[in-house]
Amino acid sequence: MKKNALRKNMLFVGVAVSALFSVNSFAQTFTVKVDNLTNGIYFTPMLVAAHPDTTHIFQPGQAASASLRAMAEGGDISGLTTDLGVVNATISAANLSPMAPGGTVTTATITPATANTHLSIVGMMLPTNDGFVGMDDVEIPAAAGVYTYYLSAYDAGTEANDELITGGGAPGVAGIPGCPAANCGTGGAGVATADSNTTVHVHRGTLGDANSTGGLSDLDLTVHRWLNPVARVTLTVN
Amino acid sequence: MNKFTGLKAPLGLTLIALTLHGCGMSSSDSATTPAEKTYEITLTNMTANQPISPVAVVLHTSGYQGWSTGLAASAGLEKLAEAGDNTTFLSEADASADVLKTASATGALAPGGSETVITTLADSGSLLISAAGMLVNTNDAFAGVDGLSLNGMTVGASMQIGVAAYDAGTEANTETAVTIPGPAGGGTGFDVNRDDGQNFVTVHRGVVTSSDGLTTSALDQSHRFDNPVMKISVKRTN
Repeated sequence: MKKNALRKNMLFVGVAVSALFSVNSFAQTFTVKVDNLTNGIYFTPMLVAAHPDTTHIFQPGQAASASLRAMAEGGDISGLTTDLGVVNATISAANLSPMAPGGTVTTATITPATANTHLSIVGMMLPTNDGFVGMDDVEIPAAAGVYTYYLSAYDAGTEANDELITGGGAPGVAGIPGCPAANCGTGGAGVATADSNTTVHVHRGTLGDANSTGGLSDLDLTVHRWLNPVARVTLTVN
Repeated sequence: MNKFTGLKAPLGLTLIALTLHGCGMSSSDSATTPAEKTYEITLTNMTANQPISPVAVVLHTSGYQGWSTGLAASAGLEKLAEAGDNTTFLSEADASADVLKTASATGALAPGGSETVITTLADSGSLLISAAGMLVNTNDAFAGVDGLSLNGMTVGASMQIGVAAYDAGTEANTETAVTIPGPAGGGTGFDVNRDDGQNFVTVHRGVVTSSDGLTTSALDQSHRFDNPVMKISVKRTN
């Protein structure tokens, strides 16, 4: 087994590369820890899945599946769970209730089927219309060790970011399903009326406003905002 | 043959989970090294509402650098970042002894859109990729990667990265319609006058937009962006 190579990349990005040789077979067990790095955004129950390389829960530039939409708009991972069952993915639950800013959750030990060599993670970001934190199809290292990844916030591209707390979490129903910290406003007129990009894309952030009883947005412009990365994933391969 | 399962652990301002699939060290295929290498470079626009002008792609050795944060943009980068015109940027690259090959995407990338540029070049030692395209609903923002190493990619290997938005530092970020060449403004692109105050490349600080209170801005909340703004996937096919 050989190990190389710390490499600098993209000046400000500072990417550390840990490259490991290994055999093809894959039988390791692992755990996944997720840290919510945001200041004011919750993550609904996250789906952690080991699956074949050809599986994607989402891909930037591709339209969201109906199941991804249900997750992103309402936090419902049942459809994705069903879809992943079709490809015999190894699925693990993480947080069972919305995970607060600063929160951390670790899965139980996951023992993937041999074909499930890649890892994906998704969870809805609340309060947003259809924002989610996501990891798409990352190869699980075969060598034992601790591996760290930073995740971005995505917009599913399926619902206009009106930023209104309406309780609307079902697919196709406008509005944000809830405000877990009860720190949102009311009476907003609505921010966006349509999505410019109807494929999955990097979330542009929320607009918010300073008017808790009116204005355009029910979100607070100083609280419900973030910059990427929004989550850190620590993958421990046994 | 050993399979290379590289994983990058991005640090700091990190943009997207990065993976290398099936890469191997060049030493492992020295007996069958082809005389030419072919790379499929797929560019995906991950923004909500920022078309990206035709992306310039430069394959080079370590002696070439298309830009450097903290240093003034070249005339070619200025034109690329202000007007979406990559011709001078590419001719500057072609004039460098350290550049092996240049290519341009055939058209702009709509939000969510992708294009694959296929390039073949003689096998050489070190190989890096740089790429840049303007976020056209801005004054002088561009999506770019500066000197990402392709060393060690074997035939069939692939990798993907998310890249950030930079500010060329050559035009004040007024966001007025007359200075925004994209559809949000329809104004003038290139102006030889450098009026950004500080004449050097930085990571972009984001757009303000009229929705956030800059009343003279031609942009609205839909034009905001967070990093990463573009995904670059590289697959070596020969």
